[in-house]
Amino acid sequence: MRYCWLLIGLLSSRAFAEQPNPQRQQELLNMLKHDCGSCHGLPPKGGLGPSLMPEALADKSDVLLADAIQNGRPGSAMPPWKSFLRIDETGWLIQQLRQGLK
Amino acid sequence: MKPCLRLIFLSIALGFGSQVDADPRATGDLGVVIERETGSIQIVNTTKPASLSRIEGLGDLSHASVVFSRDQRYAYVFGRDGGLTKIDLLQDKIEKRIIQAGNSIGGAISQDGKIIAVSNYTPGGVKLFDAVTLEQLAEIPAVYGEDNKLSKVVGLVDAPGQRFVCSLFEGNEIWLIDAKNPRQPIVKKFKDIGKQPYDALLTPDGHFYAAGLFGEKGLALLDLWQPEKGVEHILEDYGKDDEQMPVYKMPHLEGWTVAGDWLLVPAVGLHEVLVIDTREWELVKRIPVAGQPVFVTSRPDGRQVWVNFAFPDNQTLQVIDLKDFNIAKTLQPGKAVLHMEFSPRGEAVWLAVRDEDRVMVYDTETFQETARLPAQKPSGIFFTDRANRIGW
Repeated sequence: MRYCWLLIGLLSSRAFAEQPNPQRQQELLNMLKHDCGSCHGLPPKGGLGPSLMPEALADKSDVLLADAIQNGRPGSAMPPWKSFLRIDETGWLIQQLRQGLK
Repeated sequence: MKPCLRLIFLSIALGFGSQVDADPRATGDLGVVIERETGSIQIVNTTKPASLSRIEGLGDLSHASVVFSRDQRYAYVFGRDGGLTKIDLLQDKIEKRIIQAGNSIGGAISQDGKIIAVSNYTPGGVKLFDAVTLEQLAEIPAVYGEDNKLSKVVGLVDAPGQRFVCSLFEGNEIWLIDAKNPRQPIVKKFKDIGKQPYDALLTPDGHFYAAGLFGEKGLALLDLWQPEKGVEHILEDYGKDDEQMPVYKMPHLEGWTVAGDWLLVPAVGLHEVLVIDTREWELVKRIPVAGQPVFVTSRPDGRQVWVNFAFPDNQTLQVIDLKDFNIAKTLQPGKAVLHMEFSPRGEAVWLAVRDEDRVMVYDTETFQETARLPAQKPSGIFFTDRANRIGW
């Protein structure tokens, strides 16, 4: 509970306080389209991994999504990305997914 | 005037003749390059080497694979969106395109070249199509378990006897499909073969089907010459006490990772290539490599195996020399080597280097780059000499 609130606070402040710089945004989008996209599809309608389309994420909280991205889903093919993505970058990616990738 | 006219007619005749001579295109040294972001392919000539044309409108190719007709005239492209696209390699055009499922992973063409089989994630199952007309001949839902759930189907290959073999990722099964009567295929199911088979290969003689397991260690092995023996779980203990590393791209099993008596496969969750003796189906060597292997691909003569890697090591390639199982070379062609394809007799290897937007060609003896071609986010390369290989 406390952890959840802390994470929400962290996500909110970081996500709005600093966007990734344009070059990092490009890297993150490339990763999302092509590294995530090999499992989730491009557009991310799903594959071995589930759909990441806006409608599929609508009922899932940012906290849940951030945890799945950062820590992976043990027992499934979803690996943890925390070695490569900061929390604020993860939050930014979640917002891109919610808006829908082209 | 008359001499002029004669000259004109002569020129026209020569011109037309020249055009006609120039038009015919052999297909034995053609290939297809998948451009995953744009949903397009390029037709390439592997001898020149050159790109001959780009064909657009193939839908979602974020994952794609290709098989070829027996005569190497047509490519069949299986797209992520369930699209099945038949391409005429001589006329540079889409001959036919259908959407046969909601989400698809790959396909195969039958021993006699008459049936296209597609393995689907959504809805989970296998569909059979006429290779000429793309008319649907059969649909086999991948039903498993007591509550009749549908599993994603992976590892679909053709096999001798007009058969197909595939695996059920969530269902933990291997299915042997007899398609001698493609409108009424007969399915033999092997259950509880191991957790989460993720891909599979057939040995070049069509004898063994080996499915790699993601949910536990090892492979599930089916002897197609003695299917009544059932499925054997091999290599169940390799590396189980070692630290398991995250897998950022699912490994792939493709034909011709068999070299002589050895089958080389990517370890899962370990930065190793595993060497299996196919006479006893035992692990004989673990070769440390630079990252999580994705493709472990044997040169046609079996002397070398080329290995590419998952994120974040996908800019690296390593070459294993099977004379003594050493790493003969480590290469850094560029960011995101997604796929490798050897020329028909192996003097060259073609690489899809996705983030550099190019295909690169390397000499496999000197390890020098010999050519590069522009491509938009290339992710797969498939050559027509695959057309008549069992299990590809």
